[in-house]
Amino acid sequence: MTQNSHFDVIVIGGGHAGCEAASAAARTGASTALLTHKTATIGEMSCNPAIGGLGKGHLVREIDALDGLMARVADRSGIQFRMLNRSKGPAVWGPRAQIDRALYRNAMQEEILNHDNLTIIEDSADDIVEAAGRVAGVVCGSGQTYSAEAVVLTTGTFLNGLIHRGKERIQAGRAGEAPSIALADRLYAMNLPIGRLKTGTPARLDGRTIAWDKLEQQPADETPIPFSYMTTAIEVPQIACGITFTNPAVHGEIALNLQRSAVYSGAIAGKGPRYCPSIEDKVHRFADKDRHQIFLEPEGLEDHTVYPNGISTSLPKDVQDAFIRKIGGLENAKILQYGYAIEYDYVDPRALDHHLEVKLLPGLYLAGQINGTTGYEEAGAQGLMAGLNAARRVCGLTGITFDRAEAYIGVLIDDLVTRGVTEPYRMFTSRAEYRLSLRSDNADQRLTEKGIALGLVGPERAKLFHVKQQALTAGRNLLKSLSLTPNAAAKRGWSVNQDGQRRSAWAYLAYPKIEFEDLDGVFPALSDLSSETRSQLAIEAIYAGYIERQSADIESLRRDEALLIPDGLDYAAIGGLSNEVRMKLETIRPRTLGQASRIEGVTPGALTALLAHVRRRGDKQRTA
Amino acid sequence: MATSRETICALATGPLPSAISVLRVSGLSVRDIAERILLKGLPKPRHATLDTLCNLSGEIIDSGLIVFMPGPASYTGEDTLELSLHGGRMVVELALQTLIQAGARLAEPGEFTRRAFEAGKLDLTRAEAIADLIDAESEAQHAQALKQMDGALSDLYGGWREILTECLALLESSIDFPDEEDAPTRVDTPVLERLSKLIKALEAALQAGNVTERIREGFKIAIMGSPNAGKSTLFNQLAGRDAAIVTEVPGTTRDILEVRLVIGGYLVWLLDTAGLRETSDIVEGEGVRRALRAGQNADFRVWLYDSSLGFDGDAHILPDDIIAANKTDIVKDVNVSRETFHISASTGVGIEALVRAIEQRLSALGKNAPSPVITRARHRQGIQDGLAILIEARSMLDSGSGAELVSEEVRRASRKLGSLTGHVDAESVLGSVFSNFCIGK
Repeated sequence: MTQNSHFDVIVIGGGHAGCEAASAAARTGASTALLTHKTATIGEMSCNPAIGGLGKGHLVREIDALDGLMARVADRSGIQFRMLNRSKGPAVWGPRAQIDRALYRNAMQEEILNHDNLTIIEDSADDIVEAAGRVAGVVCGSGQTYSAEAVVLTTGTFLNGLIHRGKERIQAGRAGEAPSIALADRLYAMNLPIGRLKTGTPARLDGRTIAWDKLEQQPADETPIPFSYMTTAIEVPQIACGITFTNPAVHGEIALNLQRSAVYSGAIAGKGPRYCPSIEDKVHRFADKDRHQIFLEPEGLEDHTVYPNGISTSLPKDVQDAFIRKIGGLENAKILQYGYAIEYDYVDPRALDHHLEVKLLPGLYLAGQINGTTGYEEAGAQGLMAGLNAARRVCGLTGITFDRAEAYIGVLIDDLVTRGVTEPYRMFTSRAEYRLSLRSDNADQRLTEKGIALGLVGPERAKLFHVKQQALTAGRNLLKSLSLTPNAAAKRGWSVNQDGQRRSAWAYLAYPKIEFEDLDGVFPALSDLSSETRSQLAIEAIYAGYIERQSADIESLRRDEALLIPDGLDYAAIGGLSNEVRMKLETIRPRTLGQASRIEGVTPGALTALLAHVRRRGDKQRTA
Repeated sequence: MATSRETICALATGPLPSAISVLRVSGLSVRDIAERILLKGLPKPRHATLDTLCNLSGEIIDSGLIVFMPGPASYTGEDTLELSLHGGRMVVELALQTLIQAGARLAEPGEFTRRAFEAGKLDLTRAEAIADLIDAESEAQHAQALKQMDGALSDLYGGWREILTECLALLESSIDFPDEEDAPTRVDTPVLERLSKLIKALEAALQAGNVTERIREGFKIAIMGSPNAGKSTLFNQLAGRDAAIVTEVPGTTRDILEVRLVIGGYLVWLLDTAGLRETSDIVEGEGVRRALRAGQNADFRVWLYDSSLGFDGDAHILPDDIIAANKTDIVKDVNVSRETFHISASTGVGIEALVRAIEQRLSALGKNAPSPVITRARHRQGIQDGLAILIEARSMLDSGSGAELVSEEVRRASRKLGSLTGHVDAESVLGSVFSNFCIGK
């Protein structure tokens, strides 16, 4: 007889979603277990060794604002920090770093293994225990059973994973990892809607065989800007990445062997990401291009492995050898591991609610790649929210979600559960309607206060946050209290409307041509503000006008979000909805009119009918 | 069922009595109603079936052709029944009574089309076109409504939104894919080109839209001239009825009188205005001011003068205007530089030639509108708003504003234009990005 143990929350999987989920649940005080088949692979970066980017960097900052792990761990392992889009406005700056895989894994394990309220169990998950229509625990491969109030499943691409390389087929999760067949069978038996996706990876190269001196270098930023609001400086040594290009000879080799690619031979059913096509796709679809860019990204300071970003492929090994050696600088490159495409099943996230809980099975939460997303950042963000909500369920608290005007996390989850996915879902800034408010510089101002109230944020960060907020408030008030006539402004060479209206220093700061330094000469009091406060307020001032204008849109969004659609609404009773729209509404069962409006194919006409119906119903209930 | 969508019925044809009348029924209980009121029960879908209509007690009301169109392949998207009966008042009244007793209710005005819109059968501009087609009084209105119903406006506005989607794709790719070699980093020039092209198109549409809007709402022709030139007599002559009070006392018409006419296949508002002269009478002075304003707003003017007094209105005359000398039955005097029509408003002599000239002016104006661009104030407003935002976006690009700010304006413009028919979303922008640029770091 094995001894049963009980936890509030069990997280299955030690990837990026699993780590954030386990930590979030544990931070709120829930007794939490992280179940992984191998402790040594916790925090492994299985694909390209980088964190952040456009939209993704925003997600990392938001995870950090809620006291999650990813940003701090990346700050301890980043070997090439770059702020993308620095030539554009700060709303679309994207922090990104090349990561040393070993440093990242070690730092993440250090966090997870020393976490309060968190137990690591090294075992495989074979089954989920159900009792009275809800989750009750997990059965492990060893035979041990653990009971739990809530389970977060973050098992990535383990469902029916199939690797393709030319004619080779390998059943797998990731290369070298055994898929957990028993758990997969359990999920299939639950009759969740399942879809199939594909993604690819390039060959890994031995950096010692690359002719770096022939290649263009992309250096790190001179002063690396950390991901975490808690990190004061990056101490990891910074390196450069190499840049090379394909050429007509490479394209010729690929075109000649196109039919040997697993993708082009028709062997793959899953849909791949449009933003990350294989090299054979690029050659085929963009035949007019005579070269494609490749970033050569070292996987670590001590690691010779190099990730050639931009040439993922499912061509057979001999073709990979041939085309890679035709690339400038890679003439003698040694391939350490060949590229491949992987197909896998995912759970259609429209089966989840906004708290990432499976609608059909209360207590079961899904996060990460299993929901059809791609990327560590997307996984981590979902993990954090799933872990938080799992812990709240245990305490009988209501689920939490952020709206699209509050956080990229809100955009991510709303997109998933409302629109589903048709390709591996990746975050872009263009997905966020309120991008000017959802900046990477203000994630803490948007979310940390909420995180404190939710019990997610520890005392150290809370203190730092309050100090920063006080400084910002004082600075803002000071800027608004100081003023100058347009006449005097003109004398300083500032071109402003000569309307006789005194303007505040805050208003002058919003002019694109007026810098903080220009204000110092007029208002000496400003020089007392710290440089951190000054740069933050300067960003705020640029966007203040736009954000004010957007606030009307946000209000209308929130009005639509406040219009609740009753649970169990009979859509068949709303005449005039086309069958297609009715079926979509019945499957997704939107919570609010706002969510209904974002479902693909729901026409303005259908919304009018839905709104009228809900209103009529409300009137009848009130008068009944 | 408290929540069910009610079944509606209405007389779809015009005033009674008439040879035949058509009653339309639409909604969830159409099948049930048909079984209860038709002798042969529910007819075979989409077949004209001769049948007898009875009330719920089984008494015969009439017989006629019945057509059943099951949803969603019907005008409203719901099950629909059309009954072609004899056009007697009593027949229709009893038939409607029976339908109501069987569970339908009388439709509100426009409710059938509203249901069609809600079912996604039509976009807004097409729904508007159906209303226009029903209201059309002139050939030009009819032709225009048909084109709009066929999607002329949907296509035009959709084309504009496509250009904006292209602009967004360029801006967004420069923002979201800064490391991609293929995604353009400097998009100012291609975006500027597209915005300028679109701004020109919107400006042209507002211009041309004057005509299409006028075809739907009626061209305005103002009769102008000195007091007692006979303007009101001409107005009545053209209107064919005594809409204006015609007297011998100068300055009688103190406000603007309007009459709707169809001239040469176009709907026209003919305006009779107060005579223009210096006056100390406050009321008459106001009349003169209004007359001048009405003249400015008119598409063209007919200047009338008393041939015994000569023409002195040269200061206000515009190229499209028509000049007519009145009372040529009394005096013959011609000394104006431009082509002048000689008429007698009171006897009607020369009026026919004047009407032909008006027809020619109208058809010259109407010819500029090969396809509808704007037919309602709502369209004009949306396009004007969109245009203002685009002009702002263009000047921001010129002054080097960030792509994220320009993109904000373009999105706003797209939403404005989208509100005319449908909407644009993030996915269509990303779709455009991925089909145009090779993204794939």
